[in-house]
Amino acid sequence: MGIAFPVPDQAIVARRDDIIAGLARLLPADGLVTSDDERRAFETDALTAYRKMPLAVALPSTTEQVAAIMAYCHTNGVKVVARGAGTSLAGGAIGQEDAIILGLSKMSKVLDVNFADRTMRVQSGITNLAISDHVMPQQFFYAPDPSSQLACTIGGNIGMNSGGAHCLKYGVTTNNILGVRMVLVDGTIVEIGGEAMDAAGYDFLALIVGSEGQLGIVTEATVRILRLAEGARPVLFGFATSEEAGACVAAIIGAGIIPVAMEFMDKLAIEICEAYAKAGYPLDVEALLIIEVEGSDAEMDATLARIVEIAKQHGVATVRESKSAMETAAIWKGRKSAFGATGRIADYICMDGTIPTGQLPLVLRRMDEITKHYGLRVANVFHAGDGNLHPLILYNVNDPEEAHKAEEAGNDILKLCVEVGGCLTGEHGVGIEKRDLMRFQFNEADLAQQMRVRAVFDRQWLLNPAKVFPLDGRITG
Amino acid sequence: MTALTPTRDEDIIEAIKLARSERSSIAVEGQGTKQLMGRPMQAKRVLSTRAMTGITLYEPAELVLSAKSGTPVAEVEATLAARGQMLPFEPMDYRPLLGSSGEPTIGGLTATNLSGPRRIMSGACRDSLIGTRFVNGHGVVVKSGGRVMKNVTGLDLARAMAGSWGTLGVLTEVTFKLLPRPETTLSVVFHGLDDQQAVALMAAAVGSPFEVSGAAHLPVGIDRIAMTLLRLEGFAESLAYRAERLRVLLAPFGRCDVIDQAASTSLWAQIRDVRWFCEPRSEAIWRISVPPSKAPALLAQIAAGRRIRHLLDWGGGLVWISTAPTDLAGSDLIRQAVRQAKGHAMLVRASEGARGTDGTFEPLAPAMLILSTGLKRSFDPDHVLNPGRMYSGV
Repeated sequence: MGIAFPVPDQAIVARRDDIIAGLARLLPADGLVTSDDERRAFETDALTAYRKMPLAVALPSTTEQVAAIMAYCHTNGVKVVARGAGTSLAGGAIGQEDAIILGLSKMSKVLDVNFADRTMRVQSGITNLAISDHVMPQQFFYAPDPSSQLACTIGGNIGMNSGGAHCLKYGVTTNNILGVRMVLVDGTIVEIGGEAMDAAGYDFLALIVGSEGQLGIVTEATVRILRLAEGARPVLFGFATSEEAGACVAAIIGAGIIPVAMEFMDKLAIEICEAYAKAGYPLDVEALLIIEVEGSDAEMDATLARIVEIAKQHGVATVRESKSAMETAAIWKGRKSAFGATGRIADYICMDGTIPTGQLPLVLRRMDEITKHYGLRVANVFHAGDGNLHPLILYNVNDPEEAHKAEEAGNDILKLCVEVGGCLTGEHGVGIEKRDLMRFQFNEADLAQQMRVRAVFDRQWLLNPAKVFPLDGRITG
Repeated sequence: MTALTPTRDEDIIEAIKLARSERSSIAVEGQGTKQLMGRPMQAKRVLSTRAMTGITLYEPAELVLSAKSGTPVAEVEATLAARGQMLPFEPMDYRPLLGSSGEPTIGGLTATNLSGPRRIMSGACRDSLIGTRFVNGHGVVVKSGGRVMKNVTGLDLARAMAGSWGTLGVLTEVTFKLLPRPETTLSVVFHGLDDQQAVALMAAAVGSPFEVSGAAHLPVGIDRIAMTLLRLEGFAESLAYRAERLRVLLAPFGRCDVIDQAASTSLWAQIRDVRWFCEPRSEAIWRISVPPSKAPALLAQIAAGRRIRHLLDWGGGLVWISTAPTDLAGSDLIRQAVRQAKGHAMLVRASEGARGTDGTFEPLAPAMLILSTGLKRSFDPDHVLNPGRMYSGV
C-alpha cells in the first residue's frame, strides 16, 4: 500500500519503558495500556489496511489527567495521537511507533443540559448518538448524524467536522458547536467559546473544528441542541438514469425547497443495502433518491406534493412514501448501513470528495470510466443535496495488486472532484489517506498559511503529526 | 493618510510589501461604513477594496455565490432576490447606528461577521461562509475553503477570516452558501411582558417545532407597551398553521396578535439595525452576546447601576444597550455583569477616546490572548494590517 509514515524517532522508541513509567505516575492503573495484546486494539481505525503499534495507550478520565499527560509528553518530546472511537475512514486515528494514543473513551459523560438556551455540555468521548438519546425524551436532538453515529464520538466529530445525511438543513459539526474545553500541547487548559451564540475575539472554533487532533485535545464541548420537527417522512424516488436523479435534485433546490435530506444511491448500492436492510428499495431502477421532509402532516403533504411534481418532470419511475415509523427506520437503516453492508460482500475504500452538484452527471460518468479502467467496481452513495460523494470502490484486500489499483482509482476520483471545483474531503477528513493529495487542492502558499497556524498551537509537530500535511516541506513556526 | 484603491491582487501585494519594508501599517476597509467601530488606529495608509467588485460566480441551483470583496452588499442582495434567494444570516446595516455613509461591502460584512435576527435559525455569517481568498500580511495570496458546502480539507482558514476585522488579511473574494427566500412572512406579537417573561416566552417558542426565524423583545421605552415578537417564514398555509400552534402553546403568556407581511418585514428591519438607538447620537451603544436565559439578570444588574435603554434579539441571546457616554460608557459595570453572565460585550458606538482607552472588544483570558497574538503573527508577522483594531498587540 502506498502511504508513507514518518520514520519513527528511535530515541523515543528506545525510551519506551521510561515513558511508560512517567505516564503511569499520572494515570490510574486502568488508564494506561501497554501490553502487546491490548495495544493491538488501537493499532488501526476504520482505514484497516494501515496499522501501526503505538508506544502506549493512555485512557484518561479527567481533563486534569489529559493536561498532565500533555505536559509530560511536551517536556519529553513524545508525540500524541488523539482517538475517540477509532471510526476514522481516513486513518486519522492511526498511531505511530514513537507516539502514544490518547483515547478519550472514558470521558463520556453528559455534564449539563440547558433546554432554555438549547445547549448541552458533554465530555468529548461521548458518542454522537448518546447526545441525541439523552435529550430525546424532551423531543430535542443534536443535528449532525454521521452514519457511524452509534460508535463515533463528539471529539472525533469535532476533529473531522463530521456531517451526515441531515446537514443539508442543519449544517455540519462546525455549525453546531458553541464552545470547547481544550488542552493545549503544553498542558494548558483553555475555554474557547461558551454558551453564547458568538464567541469573543478570533473564531478559534472555526480552526479547531476539522483540525484532526493537531491543535489540541478537546475534552469537553458545548453543543447546540434543536427541537425535533413534529414529524419527518422519507420518500423513495426511483429513476431510470443517474442523470435524471441528479437533475431532479438541482430542480428541487432551484424551486426553493430545502428538504432535510436528499440521499442518492446507484444500482449496486441499492442492491447491497436492500439485501442487508430489507428497506423496500426499488430494485428495478438505476438510481434512487431518499428525500426526507419535516413538519406537520399538512406541511409535509404540501412540500411532498411539490417535490413529486418536480420528480415527475424529471421522469421519476417509482415513488414510495414511508407509511409508518417502522418503514422510516428501515429506509434510514438501509442508507446508514451502506458501508457495513458493502463490507459484507467485498473489501472497499470509501472516498469522500465533494463536488458542485451541477457537475454530478459528468462526475458519475467519469467515476464509472475510472473504476472500469482499473477493472474495479464502484457502489455510489452520496449526500446529493450538498454534493458530498461516497463512492465505495470494491476490491480484495488480500490481493496487493488490486489493493494498489483501488487506491489509484480513489486518487483519480478525488483529483476529478478537485478539477470540477470541489474538494478532497467533505466530512471524513484528510488523515493519512488524502494527505499526499493536498497539493492538488492547495498551492504551497495556501498550505504554508495553514501550517503556520498549526504551528501557533504545536510548534514541534507533536500532535497527530503524520496526518493532513504532506510529509515534506513542513513549517514549524 | 494616503488612500489606496487597488483593482488587482498585485496592487495589494505591492502595498503590503512596501508597508513591510517601511515598517508602516495599513488600515483595511471596504467603503469604511464601520470604521467607527473597534479600537482607533494610526495607519499610514488606507487600503479600500471598493474598486474590486463584481459577482464572480452565482449558481442558483447549487445555492452558492462568490463575489469580489468590494462588491456592495446591496448588489449581492438584489442579484439574489431576483432569483428568489438570499444570504441566510440577514446581515445588519450599521450605517444608521453609526451615522456613516457609503455602501457596505460583502468583504466588510465578512470581516465583521455580521448577522441579523435570522441567526437563531440559520446561523451567523461565518456559518454560511464557505470560501475566502485573501492577501495575508506576508503579501501572499491565500485561498481556503471553496464553493462546496461540505469541506474539511485542511484547516478552515476561510471561516476564521469571519470576524477577524481585517487583521489577518485583505479579503479579495468570498463565497457564501445561500437559502431560498421564503415565500411570505408574518409575526406573532405578545404585549406587556417584562424581560423575564419575554425571555421565557422566546425560549419556549424557539424550542418549539414551529421554526421561529426571529425572536425579539422591545421593552417599554421603545414603545409605550412592551412587544415580544416571533417571526415565521415559509409558505402561507404553513405560516397560518404554525401561528395558531404558537398561540395555543404560548397562551399562558397572554393574548397575541398577528402582524402581516408588510408590517412584519419593516419591523424586523428596524430590529435588525437597532433603529431606536440611532438617536441621541451622544449615547454609547453596547452589543452583548449571552446565553439567552442569563439576559434578564444581566439587565437587572446593569440597570441597578446606571440608566440604560435596551432591546433583545436572538431570543435574548443578543442584548443591545444604549447609555450615557459617562464613565467610559459604564464599562466597568457592564463588563463585570457580562462576565458573570458568561457572555461577551462589544462597545459598538463610543467616542474615540473611550474606544482607545478601554478597547471595544471583550477582553481575552491570558491564554487566549497568547493564542490570538500568535495567530495574528502567523498571518501578519510585521503587524501591517489593521494593527490593534481588535486588541492591543494583535
